[in-house]
Amino acid sequence: MITAKNISKSFNDYLVLDDVSLEFKPGKCNLIIGQSGSGKTVLMKCLVGLLPVDSGEIYFDTRVISKLSFNEMKNIRQDIGMLFQGSALFDSMTVIQNVMFPLTMFSKMSNAEKLDRANFCLKRVNLQNVNKLFPSEISGGMKKRVAIARAISNNPRYLFCDEPNSGLDPKTANVIDILISEITQEYDITTIVNTHDMNSVIEIGDKIAFLNKGKLCWEGDKDEILHSENEILNDFVYSTELTRRLKSHP
Amino acid sequence: MRILSDIGKYILLLRRVIARPERTHIYKDQVFLEIENLGINSLGIVAIISIFMGAVVTIQTTFNIDNPLIPLYTVGFATRQSVILEFSPTIISLILAGKIGSQIASEIGTMRVTEQIDALEIMGINPASFLILPKIAAAMIINPIVIIISMFLSIFGGWLSGVVTGLCSSADFIYGIQYAFHPYDVMYALIKTIVFAFLITSISGFHGYYTEGGALEVGRSSTRAVVHSSIAIILANLILTQLLLA
Repeated sequence: MITAKNISKSFNDYLVLDDVSLEFKPGKCNLIIGQSGSGKTVLMKCLVGLLPVDSGEIYFDTRVISKLSFNEMKNIRQDIGMLFQGSALFDSMTVIQNVMFPLTMFSKMSNAEKLDRANFCLKRVNLQNVNKLFPSEISGGMKKRVAIARAISNNPRYLFCDEPNSGLDPKTANVIDILISEITQEYDITTIVNTHDMNSVIEIGDKIAFLNKGKLCWEGDKDEILHSENEILNDFVYSTELTRRLKSHP
Repeated sequence: MRILSDIGKYILLLRRVIARPERTHIYKDQVFLEIENLGINSLGIVAIISIFMGAVVTIQTTFNIDNPLIPLYTVGFATRQSVILEFSPTIISLILAGKIGSQIASEIGTMRVTEQIDALEIMGINPASFLILPKIAAAMIINPIVIIISMFLSIFGGWLSGVVTGLCSSADFIYGIQYAFHPYDVMYALIKTIVFAFLITSISGFHGYYTEGGALEVGRSSTRAVVHSSIAIILANLILTQLLLA
């Protein structure tokens, strides 16, 4: 289980995370939602150890990662897969090389085994016949799927997704959401997703945490979020004409 | 104060760069790839500049020797000394600072702003070492070879211009380039080249690695990499010349 206890983080006296405490459900899709600038990405980067916290502690099961050195973090990082907002595929590598990369660096598989595993992961995200293409030659939705394939190639225990739907059309965004949800269940991965897409919340949110101005404002599940009395949360959830209409005509 | 802070960050980054690689054979492959990127791909520009600079040094030296007591083979001798001691190791390194320095800073800087470096770190890879160490090793291996090629081409350019313009006979020029030759001069040039190669790649890698922001900052990092590498080369040239030739 991943647990954050009293995390605070600031940049040049600007407080981005203010005493955030959260527990993420193991084997489920955990969503962190909030407006742009609410601190979601910073929280995720603190959780995976890319940013050091100013105070507080982050536990991966019983291990406190905020106190580990780079080398000690290495073992934990091999249990982590991450999907970045811009996919972060390596430009100089083809699709198949991108997916094989974590295996090349850390597994003792033969080249044929690595290729098999990478092809399996690409097939799992419904991508075929793109192995030899470079990231610049594929669409945004395909890049996200390659990034998911790369993230799961090393059989991670934890999957982190930073705004997996950003820049995608609603249909492709839905495909990515369903894929993340299916992979979470199939491989019993603890998944943490940053999003401000309400469709994702309703589609895949097993547990939802709402951040507002760096503070944890609300926690619950996808059924509770639609009937919450929290005004700030409701402002966010019903901020579009579409969601307001759905509320008035359920 | 900013310069002191940057020097401190640079030294701390170097500590991470020289850390033990995760998979040595992958780093070896990267080194060969970088030898091609940084060295082989620079041969064209180095060849053109070397031939023309050698030619100009020869012509200028000939025009400046107006005393009949000075033998004509001095032209070959002066061209050789200028090329081996200063032109090839220093000027070509400054040109390489512009070419490969900006290439390294913009490549690593773009990887930083597109979160590719974060992706490496998440996988448990030391990105500083993975991205910068092969470039440093490759430049320290290939740059001395590039500089030796530059020396030959410059002297060839000098010979060609002397003979074609009729300012100096082929025999005089060849005698001049053999006259009072000290192999240590070449050693001095190669030591300088290796130090300059380290400075260019590590400083450019540093600026790329700490890029923050977007496309504009990548451009700024690239410019800073070239300027700082060039200043470091000039300072190191002064220090090494004093240490090795005095």
